[in-house]
Amino acid sequence: MQQEVVLAMLAKEPSHGYQLRARLRDALGPLGDAMNDGQVYVTLTRLEKAGLLAVERSNAGGADRSDRKVYALTSDGQQRVAEWIAEVSWPRPDLAEFHLKLIAAAAAGLADPLTIVDTQRRELLRRLRAAQRAAMAEPERSDAALLLEGIVLRLQADLRWLEACEKNWTHRRSGS
Amino acid sequence: MNEAAGMSVLRARGLRKEYGKGEGLVRAVDEVDLDVGAGETVAIMGPSGCGKSTLLHLLGGLDRPSGGAVLVNNRRIDNLSEKALARIRRTDVSYVFQSFHLMEELTALENVELSALLAGRSPRAARRRAEELLDQLGLADRARFLPSALSGGQRQRVAVARALSNEPSVVLADEPTGNLDSAATLDVLRLFEELHQSGQTLVVVTHDARIAATADRMFSMRDGAFVDETTLTGGTAGQLGALAGLEG
Repeated sequence: MQQEVVLAMLAKEPSHGYQLRARLRDALGPLGDAMNDGQVYVTLTRLEKAGLLAVERSNAGGADRSDRKVYALTSDGQQRVAEWIAEVSWPRPDLAEFHLKLIAAAAAGLADPLTIVDTQRRELLRRLRAAQRAAMAEPERSDAALLLEGIVLRLQADLRWLEACEKNWTHRRSGS
Repeated sequence: MNEAAGMSVLRARGLRKEYGKGEGLVRAVDEVDLDVGAGETVAIMGPSGCGKSTLLHLLGGLDRPSGGAVLVNNRRIDNLSEKALARIRRTDVSYVFQSFHLMEELTALENVELSALLAGRSPRAARRRAEELLDQLGLADRARFLPSALSGGQRQRVAVARALSNEPSVVLADEPTGNLDSAATLDVLRLFEELHQSGQTLVVVTHDARIAATADRMFSMRDGAFVDETTLTGGTAGQLGALAGLEG
């Protein structure tokens, strides 16, 4: 989990580790299953060492040692969150790798590009199905449903590109 | 898949459809085998002109094959008389079309009712069934509207209600979301998901990956033939983390 994300999720108020985890789970829904709790704590420790988080002891919380800690943003931490919020970033899909795979496979006769497209489509459709079902299972306007919609739309875009790949490679094959 | 042939609601063996002769011969459907089990949703995807709509017409008895066999509930329909075939189309098989094909001069309720009447129900039973279906599909308050007064999504829902009114063994859908915007597509998507859960057997021909992704199995079609079969079940939401940037 990215440091800034963890930091920002703590910006609302000083919180226990388990409260942070619950907040993440609410926001991520079924995708939270992929979240690694240990990793969240590793990130918290790093942020603490970097002076972005301060730790207060607390008697409440679970049996886990780190769950007795209350994490609060330092002024440096608040500064970092403000910068991160203002930053423009967007996940980059790796289209070039797939594109070059098709070209290399065709050029060297390693595989039929259309077979590679079919295999890729199979995988994407399976994920689309899972994402769609998860989205439909969410209550309307839940935070997690919105995230799932983003995944569905991205998968759709990828599948549309595969369609274009299929058309193009079919054309090249019949043209040669 | 579906080794128990007795469980197949819809079956095709060596199905062919050819147009033209000699040099100009076009094989629109080229030796297709298909088994659709009871309660299964099967999607057929492919580029336009690959023969998927022609295939759907052959499966539903709207068109006659050049060769091969189509069986609905283990009964061959490709060699039936026109009259017997028309009966099958009214009772065993239903269609949902891209452009809805509703009767414009009939209300939503009458459109749905008509198909139940044609399937041999009494007027009273047909009316009850039509009202029930429109209610289920969230269209109770639109029952007396003409199609022209309905949105695209609502029209397609009426068309689905009509397709269900004769309690068909299988519903065949041809690009059901082809004319719909994304909100209406979502409606149809939910509807198909519900039909699937209720055990309705469905075959969907589509461009739309979202509709295809409601299926249990998906076939890719090219040049009249199936080139790939995919089982779509078994994916989990947990695998989606990477797509949301949650891993690493």
